[in-house]
Amino acid sequence: MRFLRSVWNVLVPPLIVGVLFVGTWEIIVRVFDIQPFLLPAPSSIWSTLGDNWTKVWDAMVVTGANAFVGLLFGVICGVALSFVLMRFNVVNELVTPLAVALNAIPIIVLVPVFNNMFASTTEIPRRLMVTLIVSFIVLLNVAKGLRQVSAIHMELLQSYAASKSEILRKARIPNATSYLFTALKIAAPVAVITAFVSEYFGGSQNGLGYGITSNAAVSRTAASWGYVVGACLLGLAFYLAAVVLERLASPTARPAPRSTSSPRSINPNTTNQQVRGIDPGGATA
Amino acid sequence: MISRGARRAGLFVVALLCVAALWELYKVVGPEEGAEVFGWRLVPRSSDRAMPHTWEMMQRLFDPEVRGRDTPIWVAVLGYSWYTFRMALVGLLLGGVFGVGLAIVMARFKVLERGLLPYVIASQTVPLIALAPQVAAIGGNWDLPRWTWVASLGAFLAFFPIAVATLKGLGNAPAASLELMDSYAAGWWRTLFKLRLPAAVPTMVPGMKLAATASVVGVIVSEISTGVRGIGFASLTYGQKATSDPAQLYTAVFGAATIGLLMFGLVVGIEAIAMRNRPREAGA
Amino acid sequence: MSSVDSLSASAAVVVDGVSMAFNPGRSNQVDALVDIDVSIHRGDFVSLIGPSGCGKSTLLRLIANLIEPTAGTVLVNGKSAAQSRLDQDYGMAFQQSGLFEWRTVRKNIELPLELKGWEKAKRRKRADEMLDLVQLADFGSHLPWQLSGGMQQRVAIARALASHPPLLLMDEPFGALDEMTREHMQAELLRICAAAETTVVFVTHSIPEAVYLSNRVVVMSPRPGRITEIVDVDLGSERDDDTREDDLFYKKITEVREALRGAESRVAGDGGEPGRGRGVEDR
Repeated sequence: MRFLRSVWNVLVPPLIVGVLFVGTWEIIVRVFDIQPFLLPAPSSIWSTLGDNWTKVWDAMVVTGANAFVGLLFGVICGVALSFVLMRFNVVNELVTPLAVALNAIPIIVLVPVFNNMFASTTEIPRRLMVTLIVSFIVLLNVAKGLRQVSAIHMELLQSYAASKSEILRKARIPNATSYLFTALKIAAPVAVITAFVSEYFGGSQNGLGYGITSNAAVSRTAASWGYVVGACLLGLAFYLAAVVLERLASPTARPAPRSTSSPRSINPNTTNQQVRGIDPGGATA
Repeated sequence: MISRGARRAGLFVVALLCVAALWELYKVVGPEEGAEVFGWRLVPRSSDRAMPHTWEMMQRLFDPEVRGRDTPIWVAVLGYSWYTFRMALVGLLLGGVFGVGLAIVMARFKVLERGLLPYVIASQTVPLIALAPQVAAIGGNWDLPRWTWVASLGAFLAFFPIAVATLKGLGNAPAASLELMDSYAAGWWRTLFKLRLPAAVPTMVPGMKLAATASVVGVIVSEISTGVRGIGFASLTYGQKATSDPAQLYTAVFGAATIGLLMFGLVVGIEAIAMRNRPREAGA
Repeated sequence: MSSVDSLSASAAVVVDGVSMAFNPGRSNQVDALVDIDVSIHRGDFVSLIGPSGCGKSTLLRLIANLIEPTAGTVLVNGKSAAQSRLDQDYGMAFQQSGLFEWRTVRKNIELPLELKGWEKAKRRKRADEMLDLVQLADFGSHLPWQLSGGMQQRVAIARALASHPPLLLMDEPFGALDEMTREHMQAELLRICAAAETTVVFVTHSIPEAVYLSNRVVVMSPRPGRITEIVDVDLGSERDDDTREDDLFYKKITEVREALRGAESRVAGDGGEPGRGRGVEDR
């Protein structure tokens, strides 16, 4: 019973908000008689999507494939590079400022460059773009995980006279793995976004990005929104896949503690006095 | 002897030179028309049309944008970059205000938090930028100047990382400090301004960094849909002319890089000010 | 056990028939306190001591009106506890110094004064006075993380006393300090409270600490939380390091310890789980 109640608490408010939002949208469009090329009603988006589903699905597959390939190679490159950075400090010193700077720059503008360097008719430029961006995300996170092992763990392993490779295996890599999954949860939806934003910059014409812009350009707005829905679904799917992967890989991970926000709810069982017993007269507990 | 900052900057320059050297090396070594690996054109073309020499790129900065006119392209690119930068700043500011505002409202009314939080989190996984053309279409129809819609999209993208980070940060205040404020009968709003918000700042700063880059990207992408003349527009149009004027495209890339670095500097500056009284954290 | 005093001028805190149950009516109800009666007079230094779960921190929070009792009344300074809190009639200090890490030492001390709406000059003057009182006059512009644990607690005490409240509530403020610093801080606290003429309610785990500081030690026992005994400690008002080696000091420590053990054996005798605290030996 309690489980059902907590599920109810978690699901109902967002559901209510969602229904309210869609409902208000529909009403506004109808009442104010907003032109369909401006802002279509949810109902018309839904029906257009139904008509166009195969096309949207094909576009989702194309963009999704780009995102996936880029994600895969990005993770591989990022992880490999982070090991190199950990091993060779010189490379670390050179690459890190570059990586930080590149992270700040909107490198999406490099897509036309790639179109030029590679053939603009294949998906290679977009996949390369995704790979590049994902690599940086993964690199920054995993490198941090490899380097910043807690001092206590390092001291412990050193007291066991552990070799460098043993330290690597027993401390650095497990530490870095959790950072890897954090990076993955960020990088997965970013891969999708990058994949279809790349399509805005020209190139082949069969992805979600192209579907959105081309339909918007000829004021077929409902159809354009349909592709947006497809993009949202794709992004969510990638994110959920990353979350599932994380759960599968580390099922024993502790969930993050929630912070108390109301002092009036402080339960005496959680104060730190409970940890210690009586002090018999002298030493601190 | 050499300060840390100077050393970092120096290494950055060295790294750039290495990249340029690798570029030129590839031009010498790589195939002119590229090559196919397993049927994929994986190896890029190294012809001068596809990969101009680095010095050609630098030189192109000083040539005019359009043949026959006088203004060198770097002036034009600077203009485009400045426009995009201003829009991104406006977007960041607006997004910041709304993001913090929403987070505060959500912290105050738990009901709202439970209803909205899943959407706020989902928004980070969902490509909001897909809405750029729609927003542009709507914006084009109302009589507002086009720049408002460009800045709005930047604000829209900046809003979510800040809202999420602020909401998380508002939970940072330790229970003992909350009890303390309670013992002063301080009330929710005074506790917010004197305790929760300052305690939230260290968590808000990374969110602001994310929001800054998101705002820039949002502005660039929306330029494509609205046609306003920023660096996104420039890179698209130059890209279309890339076969005839390859080096020009790279000038736009330099412009984008400048924006990114400016924004980065700004964000680092804000971080230094916001965190000036805080204990230094180890690492990172 | 003391009977309830009427609202006499000498009673700073009156706790009358107070009970506190968490999750009342549910299957996981916890009776943190049952039927507590105690009167604390103006100028008293009262310690609350007892094993885990005896409700001493809960009692302190009831006096502070951070929680409301399920039964009974709490009067502070002749008013309801709620009104006292609104009037900021007391200062509070916790085990974690709870200083705001983004404020300087001086601004931390000024916090309650800001909330009371004092103007800037007045606040600064009072903060400087408090800094002198806790002997941290040179550290006003420092940041909390630049100070040692003992110094941070001194700032917390300065903050608690900044508005010169008549009552000071302390929840194991020295628990995180080492023994030497702890003894030093105890002497400091006595000096400061004598100078400010404050009434103090002090929660602690440490028997010597309770005996050294207080003129009355309230011994509590758990399951459910209640007052077992109140031990009067007549060591006089001029206490110093020599007091710690007094015969009477040791005698009082033994008295408190036996009161605690008595409480524990009573709990064990009730057929509940063994109520032994850590390190307590059996006769």
